[in-house]
Amino acid sequence: MALLEVRNLDVTLQTQRGPARAVRDVSFTLERGQTLGLVGESGCGKSITAMSLMGLLPENAKVGGSIKLEGREIVGLPERQLCELRGDRIGMIFQEPMTALNPVHTVGRQVAEPLRLHRGLSAAAARKEAIALLDRVGIPDAARRIDAYPHQFSGGQRQRITIAMALACGPDLLIADEPTTALDVTIQRQILELIRGLVAERGMALILISHDLGVVAQNVARMMVMYGGEVVEDGPTAEVFANPSHPYTLGLFGARPRLGGPRGGRLTTIPGTVPELVDLPPGCPFAGRCRFTIPECHVTQPPPFAVGPGQHARCIRLDAVAAEKVQVAA
Amino acid sequence: MSVFLFKRLITLVATLVGASVVVFLVLEILPGNAAQILMGPDASPEAVQALATKLGIDRPPVERYFSWVGGMLTGNLGDSYAYSTPVSELVLERLSLTVPLAVLAMAMTALIALVAGIYAASRHNKLGDVGVMAASQVGIAIPNFWFAILLILLFSVQLKWFSAGGFPGWGEGIWQGLRSLLLPALSLAVVQSAILARITRSAVLEVLREDFVRTARAKGVSERGTLWGHVLRNAMIPVITVAGLQFAELLAGTIVVESVFYLPGMGRLIFQSIQNRDLIVVQNCVMLLAAMVIIVNFVVDVLYATIDPRVKASDI
Amino acid sequence: MSAVQLPVATPPVTQGFWRRALRNHSFVLGGLLTLLLVAAAALSLAWTPHNPYDVNIPVRLQGPSGTYWLGTDPYGRDIVSLLLVGARASIVVGVIAVGIGLVVGTAFGLLASARRGWTEEIIMRVADFGFAFPAILSAIMLTAVFGPGMVNAIVAIGIYNIPTFARITRASANAIWAREFVLAARACGKGAFSITMEHVLPNILSVLIVQATIRFAIAILAEAALSYLGLGTQPPQPSWGRMLSEAQTLLFQAPMLAVYPGVAIALAVLGLNLMGDGLRDVFDPRLARKR
Repeated sequence: MALLEVRNLDVTLQTQRGPARAVRDVSFTLERGQTLGLVGESGCGKSITAMSLMGLLPENAKVGGSIKLEGREIVGLPERQLCELRGDRIGMIFQEPMTALNPVHTVGRQVAEPLRLHRGLSAAAARKEAIALLDRVGIPDAARRIDAYPHQFSGGQRQRITIAMALACGPDLLIADEPTTALDVTIQRQILELIRGLVAERGMALILISHDLGVVAQNVARMMVMYGGEVVEDGPTAEVFANPSHPYTLGLFGARPRLGGPRGGRLTTIPGTVPELVDLPPGCPFAGRCRFTIPECHVTQPPPFAVGPGQHARCIRLDAVAAEKVQVAA
Repeated sequence: MSVFLFKRLITLVATLVGASVVVFLVLEILPGNAAQILMGPDASPEAVQALATKLGIDRPPVERYFSWVGGMLTGNLGDSYAYSTPVSELVLERLSLTVPLAVLAMAMTALIALVAGIYAASRHNKLGDVGVMAASQVGIAIPNFWFAILLILLFSVQLKWFSAGGFPGWGEGIWQGLRSLLLPALSLAVVQSAILARITRSAVLEVLREDFVRTARAKGVSERGTLWGHVLRNAMIPVITVAGLQFAELLAGTIVVESVFYLPGMGRLIFQSIQNRDLIVVQNCVMLLAAMVIIVNFVVDVLYATIDPRVKASDI
Repeated sequence: MSAVQLPVATPPVTQGFWRRALRNHSFVLGGLLTLLLVAAAALSLAWTPHNPYDVNIPVRLQGPSGTYWLGTDPYGRDIVSLLLVGARASIVVGVIAVGIGLVVGTAFGLLASARRGWTEEIIMRVADFGFAFPAILSAIMLTAVFGPGMVNAIVAIGIYNIPTFARITRASANAIWAREFVLAARACGKGAFSITMEHVLPNILSVLIVQATIRFAIAILAEAALSYLGLGTQPPQPSWGRMLSEAQTLLFQAPMLAVYPGVAIALAVLGLNLMGDGLRDVFDPRLARKR
């Protein structure tokens, strides 16, 4: 049985201007120990997808489809049972380490909290465990620093602490939502190494969300590209990088600045802007910005087509795209 | 911590000294010759001089100031011009009413405000929230002494549950004494809690938006657990600060409300003394009230540092 | 302290101010009540149903009738006329007292913000010190020395307002000084005084207007309390607060007398508070969305 099975996930948010389909028909499977990356621009639905796995969506969100954790349906689960899962079976870390910790509680108390909550550990036992965790994530002098407050730590250290918190109860799945975006580049590498190491060590599954292709390339075995709430392309990371098939993915890869490229050249961009989720017209969300658009693109949402072993893309113009790539290569 | 505390103590002392200077200047120097005032314009100069010497007011101002301050620290406030009884006795007697009243009112305020504010925040933008906000708007607009009169109208005139005023003293038993303080405290509490409830509500809403609340939920803490374990302590920081600042208002209100209910507290003493031209009593009472406000503000400052660990690091 | 958030200063009357203001419920309701207050006071200068100073014992404590719309007080004076003229006392005290606080407090706040360093420290410490003396305490001291009177009330409330305006001005002004257009002006050699007058002050006006409105409401409450205690407006000049103290002695015989002046005070204060809240939302819509 797969660890995580998501089928036809749909999330609609009630906004002031009407319902917005933030996540449309997302499906994927995750086994234990597998790593998955979620890539896309702001507003493409990656964070909402992650939050729906935790059942942490705002009150005005309507969820359709199915999310099964070890065969158990999460969608529609009552709050109390969701609370039992969070922090225990699924751990999550977020983007802003500077504000992720409660400023009036000691670090030790916050790391011990899930242990006391889910494992029923006594204060003393939880404290011991917390020291060990802080040590593992690389906080020097953990036995003393455990009584320090968040404002006494740097951003990178605070992120390590949130990782310790997320892993305290040994969850099967770790969701990392842009864990390094707010950190300096050198610290980024350290944190990602830490996450990779912990995930491998404990045999956890990992969902890593990022808008940074570089981060995704080095840290996950499989990836999904999202746009307008949809997964437009997915597959093994190496394959997607070697052979991007969806026009949007192509645009993403093409937009990366390259070292050693010709001077004075302009960066390639994707024309147009990301559509407002409230105003999404029917059909493919990328239609209109995509230079391969034909009238039919505006009619229905394309189903996923296989473009390689384990790789899919949601586009009805894959032939035209492939043809152009061959031309360019030639 | 000690550096922080030290600085705060210095400020406390400086403020107290400053307040004493102001009070001294206004009430002892400004009026002119107190003996002259007491005896009236027709008295003979010798009689006035005799009284002046007896009261000790013919000494130079600086000496009088320090003698007064020294007296305050040792508990000897001199004798009342009008009654020739020690001022300290008069004051202590009245304080035994005013202080419990203020404390009772503050406790009621805190209770009402916290309950209403947290409730409103949890029902944000729904009927409960709107109701509390509307009620608090009305509460802020109502003069506390008018509300007191209305309470008398309802509970004493119509329902006859409480007497319309007066205080039997603590000798009869604590409950009897408290009973006569109930309506006065309530009238103070209603207005103050209206303000504090709004502050509580916005503080809670503000904290609910913080990232660390999301972190707590992601750890599996329930909504209620998040509220009590994470939100409230952070929300209390601005609430306590405002509550402390409100104490001055509360004390001022106590004086007014004592008049409404004919309670023999500090307010009563002050007004009688003004009428009797008994300036030394007025001076000491005003100083005492100002000192209470200043000390409460000091306590709040220190409390603030206890709750929020970031404060000691960055010295305000 | 983010919960007691300082509104971001913006120039008050920008485009569409009246349009937004008239769509804001708080402002409209509050504005109407405030207008009522001002109209009552203004009207009383020209006409009242009866002369509020006429003591007329034979008709004392009558209930509402065709002649005396809300009845008469213990001295036979018409309640409605007393209420109308009483509005004057509230407004005069409110305007002057807030005026004092506004002018003096703002001046100090601007000075503190422009000079920074020791000047700022001292001014703020003195301002904090002012918080120890609520209006009642100052009024008591002044009355003890000078005897009771409306002037005492005005001065006491005015002094009490100064620290508030000083703090708010300083905090807002500090934010403006940090803005880029001020840095640009300084780089061009503009002096502190001109910058304060031309750049800082116009940008904090919205904050000051909102604050003044709310302090006006508080001043009305303070004046009422002081005249209730006999420390403020003196007889024979009508004052809502004193009407309440006179009514209190006759609660059993004429309970309604204790209701009318209180309602007047409450409505005036409510109106000003609502208007102030509404103005705050209109000047800085970002805060409105958060509420």
